[in-house]
Amino acid sequence: MVVNNSCQALLCRIQQVEFVALELNLYLNTHPCDQRAIEKFNRAYQELCELKNQYEQQCGPLMNFGFGMNKGNTWLWAQQPWPWEM
Amino acid sequence: MWVYEKKLQYPVNVSRKNVHLAKWIITQYGGPDGELAASLRYLNQRYSMPTERGKATLNDIGTEELAHLEIVGTLVYKLTKDATVAELKAAGLGGHYADHDRALFYVDANGHPWTAEYIQAKGDPIADLLENMAVEQKARATYNWLINLSDDPQVTDVLRFLREREVVHFQRFGETLNYIQEFMDSKKCF
Repeated sequence: MVVNNSCQALLCRIQQVEFVALELNLYLNTHPCDQRAIEKFNRAYQELCELKNQYEQQCGPLMNFGFGMNKGNTWLWAQQPWPWEM
Repeated sequence: MWVYEKKLQYPVNVSRKNVHLAKWIITQYGGPDGELAASLRYLNQRYSMPTERGKATLNDIGTEELAHLEIVGTLVYKLTKDATVAELKAAGLGGHYADHDRALFYVDANGHPWTAEYIQAKGDPIADLLENMAVEQKARATYNWLINLSDDPQVTDVLRFLREREVVHFQRFGETLNYIQEFMDSKKCF
């Protein structure tokens, strides 16, 4: 598993969708009754789940502490580059 | 607890090494209106915030600020990576080199270390939320000045994203303040 161009494109999409979810989250904290925003938030969550799952399968772990999987029999978390090195 | 995501909130690219720019940008890492101060201020104010909306807003904006701290750290790291001692000296970072080599440290643009005196927790929700709104404006202004100083379009793009976030946070704290004022008025008995 290597961080290649398709992984970079996938990561870029994850950044976009996660930003949508974050913005809706902050908005909903102060507008908790907005049903349309809740629907949009849940749609972003669904898409994010699929994208993160795909990233973990193709490119490596995105999250630590059991919030993501380790594919294969070498420990990838401590091997792959960190965000400031990419 | 917190869980780490091995990615930046927003992509950070720089055109070239730029030690002067890094010396100014680091104020948003460890300066008075920087991301460390913002995050620690908001996360600490959660405990005495009386409403559920207020606690959620402080928790989530305080968490987003940690992502911004990592973005600013990445900018400084990439702008100073492989800098020579002569380049550090020429940019006024000779003192930084003496104390820290090329390590990042929580300092402002003039090298003063971060201090808890930058932040406050008054325990009064109106006072705390108004402080937070002022802080978001000060951070927005700082990003404005950094954009004026930047001669790297790729760095400016990241600074613009961070400036926009300050505007959104100001808006959310304002809404939280309005709600808490209504909440406190409704509790008064005459």
